[in-house]
Amino acid sequence: MLALAVMSIIIAAKAYTPEYAFHAYLFAAASVATVFAIFNRYFSRPAEPIPQEIDGKPNYNLGPIKFATAIAMFWGIAGFTVGLIAALQLAYPVLNFDFAYTNFGRLRPLHTSAVIFAFGGNVLLATSFYVVQRTCHARLAGEIAPWFVVLGYNFFILIAGTGYLLGITQGKEYAEPEWYADLWLTVVWVVYLLVFLTTLWKRKEPHIYVANWFYLAFIVTIAMLHLGNNATVPVSIFSPKSYIVWSGVQDAMVQWWYGHNAVGFFLTAGFLAIMYYFVPKQADRPVYSYRLSIVHFWALIFTYIWAGPHHLHYTALPDWAQTLGMVFSVVLWMPSWGGMINGLMTLQGAWDKLRTDPVLRMMVVSVAFYGMSTFEGPLMSIKSVNSLSHYTDWTIGHVHSGALGWVGYISFGAIYCLVPWLWNRSRLYSLKLVNWHFWISTLGIVLYISAMWVSGILQGLMWRAYTSLGFLEFSFIETTEAMHPFYVIRAIGGGLFVLGALIMAYNIWMTIRSTELATSPAARPQMVPAE
Amino acid sequence: MAVEKLDSVTGTATTGHEWDGIRELNTPLPRWWLWLFYMCIVWGIGYVIAYPAWPMVSSYTKGVLGYASRDQIEVDLAALRNQRSGLVSQIEATPLADIEKNPQLLTATLQIGKQAFGTNCSPCHGTGGAGSVGFPNLNDDQWLWGGTLDQIQQTITHGIRNESPDSRQGNMLAFGKDGTLSKTDIPIVAAYVVSLSGRKPEGAHDLAKGKQIFAENCAVCHGDDGKGNPELGAPNLTSGLYLYGGDQKTIEETITNGRGGVMPVWTGRLDPTTIKILTVYVHSLGGGK
Repeated sequence: MLALAVMSIIIAAKAYTPEYAFHAYLFAAASVATVFAIFNRYFSRPAEPIPQEIDGKPNYNLGPIKFATAIAMFWGIAGFTVGLIAALQLAYPVLNFDFAYTNFGRLRPLHTSAVIFAFGGNVLLATSFYVVQRTCHARLAGEIAPWFVVLGYNFFILIAGTGYLLGITQGKEYAEPEWYADLWLTVVWVVYLLVFLTTLWKRKEPHIYVANWFYLAFIVTIAMLHLGNNATVPVSIFSPKSYIVWSGVQDAMVQWWYGHNAVGFFLTAGFLAIMYYFVPKQADRPVYSYRLSIVHFWALIFTYIWAGPHHLHYTALPDWAQTLGMVFSVVLWMPSWGGMINGLMTLQGAWDKLRTDPVLRMMVVSVAFYGMSTFEGPLMSIKSVNSLSHYTDWTIGHVHSGALGWVGYISFGAIYCLVPWLWNRSRLYSLKLVNWHFWISTLGIVLYISAMWVSGILQGLMWRAYTSLGFLEFSFIETTEAMHPFYVIRAIGGGLFVLGALIMAYNIWMTIRSTELATSPAARPQMVPAE
Repeated sequence: MAVEKLDSVTGTATTGHEWDGIRELNTPLPRWWLWLFYMCIVWGIGYVIAYPAWPMVSSYTKGVLGYASRDQIEVDLAALRNQRSGLVSQIEATPLADIEKNPQLLTATLQIGKQAFGTNCSPCHGTGGAGSVGFPNLNDDQWLWGGTLDQIQQTITHGIRNESPDSRQGNMLAFGKDGTLSKTDIPIVAAYVVSLSGRKPEGAHDLAKGKQIFAENCAVCHGDDGKGNPELGAPNLTSGLYLYGGDQKTIEETITNGRGGVMPVWTGRLDPTTIKILTVYVHSLGGGK
């Protein structure tokens, strides 16, 4: 760490651009802070190592989870807000302010990465560390390592986020951070994998719970994707710029192999793991089908990895690759729905709880959105549908029914469950506010995705409209004018979603601040039905 | 060996394991799910037989239907050419002045022109060609560089005040900045310019003096009567139509700082036939001469 600090300062001094020097100084500061923290911990620690068990019960490590949960909420609101600004910029371009740092081109990747990696990533870190401990009946492996993972990951987010604003990018969608940020993330991710595996290794349960299969698939595959798509050669250690080793259509293929499986393994496998723990827990019902969970798990991870080429239909990508991408995408339909069935049918015998428990309702609606998006996805991968939908707002609508509906709602549900459990509170501050959050956000999502459907299909139809004499009917700018009202509706939908998240943050904050402790720390607090 | 227990709600056996209070039912796979899954796989096998699919050592399986997207685009483009029934080559062959005399050719030209205009011209001139401040309105009959077919074609082909040697040159000089006119003279001549369009200038100005200043400085380009000169791109000041605005203050600003909007050169970016089509389209917008 000290060596890293010294190296960072040297790099900062010799950096070719001030933006890169700024990042090098951030690295140096973080390294120095880490050295202090480790020394501090060394001198103030108790003589005995932290016990693995207290009174025969595992002594769960909750500190890093609390941090990741809280910061997920922060990044979430930041990411949603930047998304709202980007949506408004599309409707009213004057909001770019003619200023490089606030330009749509920089805010758009800031939005996508903030919601996927900063919000989603921290939710995954928090829930995976929680679930793996509880379902293995064992304390998280290592003491410093879990902290290194959450703090190191969030330092990566800081580097990535400031990089977008400063204009440092390698120009790959969802993989914009440059080589030095990628290297840092690789280190963090390997430690994450080791912590997770070691905790599984020392489990006290005979079998590994299904949620942990999904978490493991997520961690391993993301590592592979990250290394494949970020294989770059830096210009110099003093320069932020690097060149990718792939070229031309191969680069495009690797990019979408990465891009699609970021959806498949980050936003699907990881969040299915959340579903497999939090839905049965909150519904207090057994998982619907063990067999289905096995079959759909293996089918899902085998099929997903081939589906990437559907992002490159009707391009320079060879026909055979397009065919395979499409076929695997269509075959993926049922493996995806296996997760939906297992999520929804777990509610058997507990459907009445949807009336009284808005947290459970949020998670169930999330699974419904998952089912909808994973039907729409294979549909859009069919070449003839894709020729209409590709490059239009339909894609944006599809992504957001998955992102806002599925990923957003399952994360909100998990956080609503986790916060009272982590901070040992008897209940959430207000279920009424959860209800408000649910209805405001749901309205927002419906406005968002229906506006984008109409806008996207309209756009696609206008692009392909020919006059009777065989000439294009509309110019591009006419389609842009036709989009405007839908862009305004979309921004309103996004605004409602942000509003819901703010209500949630307040509710979470008040829950943590409340002094109402759970009566017995061992017993799980039960939700009180809303009046 | 774990002990199987029955779930009281569904009557289904559990797998007997429990993790942190979570159990799993041993429900068989839903039949409809399994059959749909099989159907997708069977369809997939059929599709990869029919279409190009599997990579081989130096080639790939071509599929029994013989489909190739490159061939498909050729077929589509040929169909389109057929539908256009040689209209484009007919336009190409017809002299500029004769296109408007042939109703069928004119209809086609305007259809293509509207699209080409929307793609290339509308960012500055607006989708309907109504322009905005600094970007001429193409619907009126006031032409800075002339409104005949040949003049319009010349303007589109080479542009205005750009780096091309053939582009139209000549711009409004910065009389105030360059010190040609004094700060006291500018409002007077501006008031005279306002009066040229038949309007009454605001405030009391010595219009006779304004006329004299105009004759000495402005008439060279704009003409003694202020009717302008399309050879130099000098606007007609009597029409009441203005590119940058016709109020006293804006006219003073124009005289002080000069003007010189740029139109890009379109040769090379657009083929000659498209320029021809755009010429007819712009000519048809309302004010063609």
